[in-house]
Amino acid sequence: MSTLLKDYPLFGGRAPKRVTLFAGHYGSGKTNIAVDTALALKQSRAQVAIADLDIVNPYFRTKDAEKWLDEAGVRLIVSPYANSNVDVPALPAETYAILDNPDLTAVVDVGGDDRGALALGRYAESIVRENDYEMLLVINKYRPLTRTGADAVEVMREIEEAGKIQFTGIVNNSNLGDETTAEDVLSSQEYAADISARTGLPIVMTTVKAELLPELSGKVADLFPLSLYVKQAWARGV
Amino acid sequence: MADKVLMKGNEALAEAAIMAGCRHYFGYPITPQTEVAAYMSKRMPKVDGVFLQAESEIAAINMVIGVSSTGKRVMTSSSSPGISLKSEGLSYLAGCDLPALVVNVQRGGPGLGGIQPSQSDYFHATRGAGHGDFHMIVLAPNSVQEMVNLTFKGFDLADKYRMTSMLLADGTMGQMMEPVSLDQGVVNTYEKPWALTGTKCERKPNIVNSLLMDPETLERLNFERFERYAQIERDEVMYEEYLMDDAEYCVVAFGVAARVSKNAIDEARNNGIKVGMIRPITLWPFPKAVLNAAADKVKAFISVELSMGQMVEDVELATRCKKPVLLCNRVGGMIPTTKNVLDSINKAVEIGGAE
Repeated sequence: MSTLLKDYPLFGGRAPKRVTLFAGHYGSGKTNIAVDTALALKQSRAQVAIADLDIVNPYFRTKDAEKWLDEAGVRLIVSPYANSNVDVPALPAETYAILDNPDLTAVVDVGGDDRGALALGRYAESIVRENDYEMLLVINKYRPLTRTGADAVEVMREIEEAGKIQFTGIVNNSNLGDETTAEDVLSSQEYAADISARTGLPIVMTTVKAELLPELSGKVADLFPLSLYVKQAWARGV
Repeated sequence: MADKVLMKGNEALAEAAIMAGCRHYFGYPITPQTEVAAYMSKRMPKVDGVFLQAESEIAAINMVIGVSSTGKRVMTSSSSPGISLKSEGLSYLAGCDLPALVVNVQRGGPGLGGIQPSQSDYFHATRGAGHGDFHMIVLAPNSVQEMVNLTFKGFDLADKYRMTSMLLADGTMGQMMEPVSLDQGVVNTYEKPWALTGTKCERKPNIVNSLLMDPETLERLNFERFERYAQIERDEVMYEEYLMDDAEYCVVAFGVAARVSKNAIDEARNNGIKVGMIRPITLWPFPKAVLNAAADKVKAFISVELSMGQMVEDVELATRCKKPVLLCNRVGGMIPTTKNVLDSINKAVEIGGAE
């Protein structure tokens, strides 16, 4: 991963803020991006934590990547009930560490859509006051409810309303899962540019599975490779 | 690739239902199928449809009975504990000969159980969905694409035979994301002269009812219904065969278990074991004939299930116990691993078909 990161740095090499939040339409890939971002940040920052604020969907969670985060020394802040079969929406008190510890570099995985972003509202005021954050909108052209720029912006406004934070940038994660081709990524650029134009937000990176890097290198700005740690057991081939 | 979108199984079946002409959805949230309701709540208003979160699963299934009586395509969805609550309504749908699509995205049980995937409602779906003599057509998808295809199929068969189709998925199918094509071509429509559409004073009123106090009439209707079931068993069986041409061992699996089994079969073949798979796509009607024919060729069957062993009984019945049937299972939300299935295949080879 380190060698890849030299060629494809996080956020195109721009300095990360103390808190990076990922939000967006349900199923657009926030959790995987958050995990890879935290692991990348750990290469240059002493204290890195990732917080899972997703209280809506108990199926795909940062906790699935616990092993890799542990090995890298990234602190995982997650509901004590995550992956425990206890179907209870809860957030640990530890989440406040993101706000209280200025030496901590934090990545926040916000739940999907406005419903998932509701929990963010409780921490938003303090994050906005400190003003050292990046709130990134994860977009995927191939998700049916956000296929047009207008639909994606509608979801974005709903999230801002619920989460009480304005977005500062866009992550283009347009993909069709395992079947994603370089062409699929290239043809999503117009979509990402449209959302950027509608909102005035910059596209801070385009995330792709690592196999596609050779084909896309030089054709897409600010590429960032994903390792896709968060999968369901049957798909891991165990 | 341009026509494909990336969808969760739950969303995909919801969109497929809308494309199949369903404009009435009644449900109540429960993990791991909540996305069906969430998706319908966003989409139905945009297509002049009805999304209604009922006060309970029982209310939802009774709303389905009401809408179906008027001849409209209608559906509800839930997960295992919620499906138990719908059981009374499923029996009433059968008694009234009403078409409907009911989705069960199964989770581990019994009781509240867990929220992880399971196939332990196989008996409920194929044997005992409610009181009285009746069947549902039971469709078992093993990919997000099949969630779409079988939703279309389910509505079609329900209308064709005036009965409930159940899409029997599991938590994995509901939650996994895969690229899908939603285009299914022409959707068949069926005349419904029995529907309650208003007489306009031009015909006698239709009556939809499951209370029949005259035993002779009730008996006749039961026999007539089972004649329809016999036709379905002849005409509507669906299954997929995988590497069965030269197979000496046969895995039987559906849903997520079939996907894991496919990996295990490929690995076993690399080790020189001639193993194949018959994957039932309709669990009722069960693919009895193809299994019975396979029993004359293979040495043993391995039923791979996320239950304590439910489909295994249908495999034994279909094959008339001509060959041993081993069970490979995980339960409680656990999914059989490739290694679990491989171990069972190896065990079948060890006993060599002579139990």
